[in-house]
Amino acid sequence: MQACPQVKNILVLDSEGKRVAVKYYSDEDWPTSGAKEAFEKTVFTKTHKTNARTEAEVTMIDSYVIVYKFVEDLHFFVTGGEDQNEVILASVLQGFFDAVGILLRGNVEKSEALENLDLILLCLDETIDGGVPLQTDAAVLANKVASHNIDSGAPLSEQTLAQALVTAREHLTRSLLK
Amino acid sequence: MAQPLVKKDDDRDDEAEYSPFMGIEKGAVLQEARVFNDPQLDPRRCSQVITKLLYLLNQGETFTKVEATEVFFAVTKLFQSRDVGLRRMLYLMIKELSPSADEVIIVTSSLMKDMNSKTDMYRANAIRVLCRITDGVLLTQIERYLKQAIVDKNPVVASAALVSGIHLLQTNPEVVKRWSNEVQEAVQSRAALVQFHALALLHQIRQNDRLAVSKLVTSLTRGTVRSPLAQCLLIRYTSQVIRESASNSQGDRPFYDFLEGCLRHKAEMVIFEAARAITELSGVTSRELTPAITVLQLFLSSSKPVLRFAAVRTLNKVAMTHPMAVTNCNIDMESLISDQNRSIATLAITTLLKTGNESSVDRLMKQITNFMSDIADEFKIVVVEAIRSLCLKFPLKYRALMNFLSNILREEGGFEYKKAIVDSIVILIRDIPDAKESGLLHLCEFIEDCEFTYLSTQILHFLGIEGPKTSDPSKYIRYIYNRVHLENATVRAAAVSTLAKFGAMVDSLKPRVFVLLRRCLFDSDDEVRDRATLYLNTLGGDGEVVETDKDVKEFLFGALEIPLVNLETSLRNYVASEEAFDINSVPKEVKSQPLAEKKAPGKKQPTGLGAPPAAPPSTVDAYEKLLSSIPELASLGKPFKSSAPTELTEAETEYAVNVVKHIYDRHVVFQYNCTNTIPEQLLEEVSVVVDSSDAEEFSFVLSKPLRSLPYDSPGQTFVVFEKPEGVPAVGKFSNTLKFIVKEVDPNTGEADEDGVDDEYQLEELEVVSADYMQKVGVSNFRNAWESLDADLERVDEYGLGPRESLAEAVNAVISLLGMQPCEGTEVVASNSRSHTCLLSGVFIGNVRVLARLQFGLTGPKEVAMKLAVKSEDIAVSDAIHEIVASG
Repeated sequence: MQACPQVKNILVLDSEGKRVAVKYYSDEDWPTSGAKEAFEKTVFTKTHKTNARTEAEVTMIDSYVIVYKFVEDLHFFVTGGEDQNEVILASVLQGFFDAVGILLRGNVEKSEALENLDLILLCLDETIDGGVPLQTDAAVLANKVASHNIDSGAPLSEQTLAQALVTAREHLTRSLLK
Repeated sequence: MAQPLVKKDDDRDDEAEYSPFMGIEKGAVLQEARVFNDPQLDPRRCSQVITKLLYLLNQGETFTKVEATEVFFAVTKLFQSRDVGLRRMLYLMIKELSPSADEVIIVTSSLMKDMNSKTDMYRANAIRVLCRITDGVLLTQIERYLKQAIVDKNPVVASAALVSGIHLLQTNPEVVKRWSNEVQEAVQSRAALVQFHALALLHQIRQNDRLAVSKLVTSLTRGTVRSPLAQCLLIRYTSQVIRESASNSQGDRPFYDFLEGCLRHKAEMVIFEAARAITELSGVTSRELTPAITVLQLFLSSSKPVLRFAAVRTLNKVAMTHPMAVTNCNIDMESLISDQNRSIATLAITTLLKTGNESSVDRLMKQITNFMSDIADEFKIVVVEAIRSLCLKFPLKYRALMNFLSNILREEGGFEYKKAIVDSIVILIRDIPDAKESGLLHLCEFIEDCEFTYLSTQILHFLGIEGPKTSDPSKYIRYIYNRVHLENATVRAAAVSTLAKFGAMVDSLKPRVFVLLRRCLFDSDDEVRDRATLYLNTLGGDGEVVETDKDVKEFLFGALEIPLVNLETSLRNYVASEEAFDINSVPKEVKSQPLAEKKAPGKKQPTGLGAPPAAPPSTVDAYEKLLSSIPELASLGKPFKSSAPTELTEAETEYAVNVVKHIYDRHVVFQYNCTNTIPEQLLEEVSVVVDSSDAEEFSFVLSKPLRSLPYDSPGQTFVVFEKPEGVPAVGKFSNTLKFIVKEVDPNTGEADEDGVDDEYQLEELEVVSADYMQKVGVSNFRNAWESLDADLERVDEYGLGPRESLAEAVNAVISLLGMQPCEGTEVVASNSRSHTCLLSGVFIGNVRVLARLQFGLTGPKEVAMKLAVKSEDIAVSDAIHEIVASG
């Protein structure tokens, strides 16, 4: 068993299985871009009919454990090795997923994600470093990414307040939708 | 969430699928990247261009070397900007471009400046970027800063340095190992994630030092670990320590209490990690298992699919070794059969199949039949494999299970699925004699309508082997001959071979087979015609009925004992030469593959969902081939039994040696599998010197040294001993590895001319009574028992003394005798005070042995056993008692 939890990749695909943002941390498993695309295709076709909208779902494909969650036309996946603790993978997924929700102000769908691709990529970068989970708390993650893009002139206290408001609104809309 | 799945109508799809990257093109973006060179930088615009570049890379676009270098140089200009957002994108871009060493120098100073900046975000990211692109030389320059960063009060900076350390340890271990003190300090950090990263790094630094890891675990399990992730790591390290210390401890397992305590942790990931760790403890007892099973059972009814999956996946594994422990969860498991998530449902089914008892088989099969129609092929394969092992466990139920298999064989399905079913039926036919006739007929029916050439030919081949041995071989002929009419050439050719086999094996069928074969002489395909002609001529189809010669049978249907690779090389040489080809000149020795070739397909085979680990290729066959390829050993005949390899060296020593004991009637052959793990050495004339002074009944015959043993390319050397025929002689042997060492130049791979004699002490090996016993099961113990005469029975009672548990006593006796437990009787129910175990095996001299063991607790931990042995030879029954009495 690996000594340290390792994430092999994080994928964000659209409703047709096309890439929105992906990041691979293991070139051994998928050495070529062909292998990567083939993997994404398999993962997408095997999961797109499932309902992973309320709770994260999980499956095993080719001896990888994959946890995934969908929202609107976006499909989020986190892949780990066969003997990985799936609950850890799920917490990585949840952290990343919620952070993206905060960054996109609750409006999580493909065109919005592409509009803010820089935020998504930065968020990926802050979630995992070379396969090792760097941060799994959504609020901290979002804060780390967002603080870079807020005007550096704005006072610090206001920034966090604005952030808090975003978070609150996001939570409210979600509870209303339930 | 009742959120409706908004189906966007088509016209909206076309237009509203607006993407900021629509029509994006690499050339244009590279042009745009020129804005990086503007004297007045526009941070916003630059950020956008970087995003576009990253988008292209993310979509799988690649930059040529020249393009990448150009972009890299342009990007470095952006360090002038003080815009925070742009700097962040800049870091990302540099990491994605993974610049070459000479390019790295250009950004080093900028990054080092950022590393010492006042902004924590700059520092954290600069560390990560720099460590990602750095090489060893640069690393020593920045080492000082990294050490400081590890103990930085800002958790983001500390984590960045620690995670970078984890990566750098792979490439520059000697540098990172110097950071131990700082990392150790970081383990005590109050920030949860810093503690997690520090613990991961500290363990990796010390992973080869058992004592240090043990100390680390001891101190941390007593203290408090804040982060659930760190707690998970600690659980992993703890079970590693338990694993390594397990062998020499009696009584309570160290650290078990810690693992058990983690089951009450508030974080689910920790609970699960601990439960899994407990189930994976080697030789775990039912008492230890119980609390872990209880929390997993709770997970089974969780609303979160991930938890249900995690629990059922773990229980599935437990069911392989401790089916009794999982039965408590059966009710929860049965409700999971209808789980929305098919992975969970499949795992639940296969677990139930493993834990079910004979009486529940029929009910389960009914549930599975409904379930099979709506799952994908890959899940069906898993179910088929589970059913196969169930059938082997309860041979009496073969009828229901075989029916199930033949039903699903008729349904739609892809090649892999059908192959799994066919393979299962074949295995059942082989292992359950009663199932043979019905199984063969199912296969015959299947090839009547089979779209897969490969499966048809395989089945035809199998029919050729098994069909003639049945009570009425003639009934298969029709199915086989139909293939000759209706199939493609490949299948037709296979059918002709099968027909010929029937002709050769069953004399009464010969004339009729010849008639059929003669018709094949007019086939449109030449391979089919050739085969028919060959068989007709060699089997004597010229009208008169003759006994088919043994040599002819061997020639036609015998196995090719030559490795195909060798045959290929010889044939290549033959094509180029003038000499006639002689099959006997082809070497039979299996060449060890060159190093490079072996490393290439390093990827592990996907084992599929929850599938049991693929069985190793039949080792017995492999041994037989290996032994018969060596002239000195081939003359000994066929080995009666080959043991599992026993390690004679500790892990991670210079030379790894394990031994396989091959038992013959009059000889014992020790096969030493040696691996040289030092790249700078080549070993020659490797042999093992065996001292048999503690094994009086054995006398040395010969030793076959290994000519050369290059790095990481395993080789074998053999030592042969003679022993009295048929006697289960036992003894201890001490071993010393002798060889000539030659230095190898790591650059050229060439070895020095001169070598030095050297030797290496190996651990002792022992020939025990169990080596003379083959594990051979019987499908119905009672029948087998009663079929042996009562005169051949020997009964006696033994006191086994104080034992840890009943189960431990049962296992001890089973491994002492080396016999196969039957009907799942090796599993002792928890809390039971008595147990009956049924064993079966074949003793040397091919004598079938059955044993019935009744265990009972006579006092606190005091175990007594009544042993009844029956065998075809009363002397063997006595011998078994002697083994127990002296063991």
